[in-house]
Amino acid sequence: MSETAAIQGTPEGVEGLVEDWASDKQTYNVPWGKAMMWIFLVSDTFIFTCFLTGYLNVRLTTTEPWPLQTEIFALTLFGQSIPLVLIAIMTFILITSSGSMALAVNFGYRRDKQKTFWLMVITAVLGASFVGMQAFEWTKLIVDEGIRPWGNPYGAAQFGSVFFMVTGFHGLHVTGGVIYLLIVANKVRKGHYEKKGYEIVEIAGLYWHFVDLVWVFIFAFFYLL
Amino acid sequence: MSSEAGQQHPLGIYYKIWILLFVLSGFSYAVDYYHVEGGLRWFLVITFMFLKAGFITAIFMHVVWERLALVLTILVPPVALLFLIGFMTVEGNYTEGTRYQYRGDDPTLMPLSPSDIHGGGHSDEAAH
Repeated sequence: MSETAAIQGTPEGVEGLVEDWASDKQTYNVPWGKAMMWIFLVSDTFIFTCFLTGYLNVRLTTTEPWPLQTEIFALTLFGQSIPLVLIAIMTFILITSSGSMALAVNFGYRRDKQKTFWLMVITAVLGASFVGMQAFEWTKLIVDEGIRPWGNPYGAAQFGSVFFMVTGFHGLHVTGGVIYLLIVANKVRKGHYEKKGYEIVEIAGLYWHFVDLVWVFIFAFFYLL
Repeated sequence: MSSEAGQQHPLGIYYKIWILLFVLSGFSYAVDYYHVEGGLRWFLVITFMFLKAGFITAIFMHVVWERLALVLTILVPPVALLFLIGFMTVEGNYTEGTRYQYRGDDPTLMPLSPSDIHGGGHSDEAAH
């Protein structure tokens, strides 16, 4: 497993770190697109963390009671109110899509065009269904529960603004990811990466896993805590 | 590009991590389902959250297999965010305290739940 990114004859670990930075050569031993994707993802981490920290701050400072999130997001199925059931389904869908994306990357490096293409399509379809469920959730919150960015009947008005901003921004990332995956999948199908190499599938995968990663935090802070 | 080996790993590890993520999500959901409250709830939810985040980044995003130069570029800058979170927690607690102290806001207010507003349960949602 350790053979991967190492170039023949370059040291690993701290020694490798020093050599990568000190030698008169490019620092990151990865395709430039991958390095740029990582830099983009690190900056996106900052954006999402700033949003979540804003959420932390308004929730701490408001003296209005914070709405009971687990009750608001409950859904009635088969005549029974089940807490967070839609969110649980959305979470499982996103994890499933992350798994199928990881497999797509793997089959890409195995140069299995068919499997890579279909796994990416499955990932995109799961992503699209996630966005669909989010639209359903928002509709329920806005129409049935009367939650608005400027107020709601349950407690602190800030709940609506942070909730819609953060989940909306995440939803936009998922939507963008679905489009991105479909474009790359189509290029895989056409065989554009046969000569160029399948790193681009991995780069698209990085973005998709990041979207899943952000959801892990949203799931914890908006729904469970 | 084609001279590079890329991130090529056995499929087994992806399946294992995939299942693990499902299990951890199941645990997080169980915390809510069984109404674990208070400090233990926070502890469990945040532990499962970081475990999931760690496995996604390490295995699915291949960070454990990258060279240290890239790993540190990814992991070191977000440390600044921990300071931001820490400072904002202290600041937020202080702001809240002054609001109770000087504006006389009522600290015992409770939020309303959907059943208070719709009147008894959520049965009207069955229409969906």
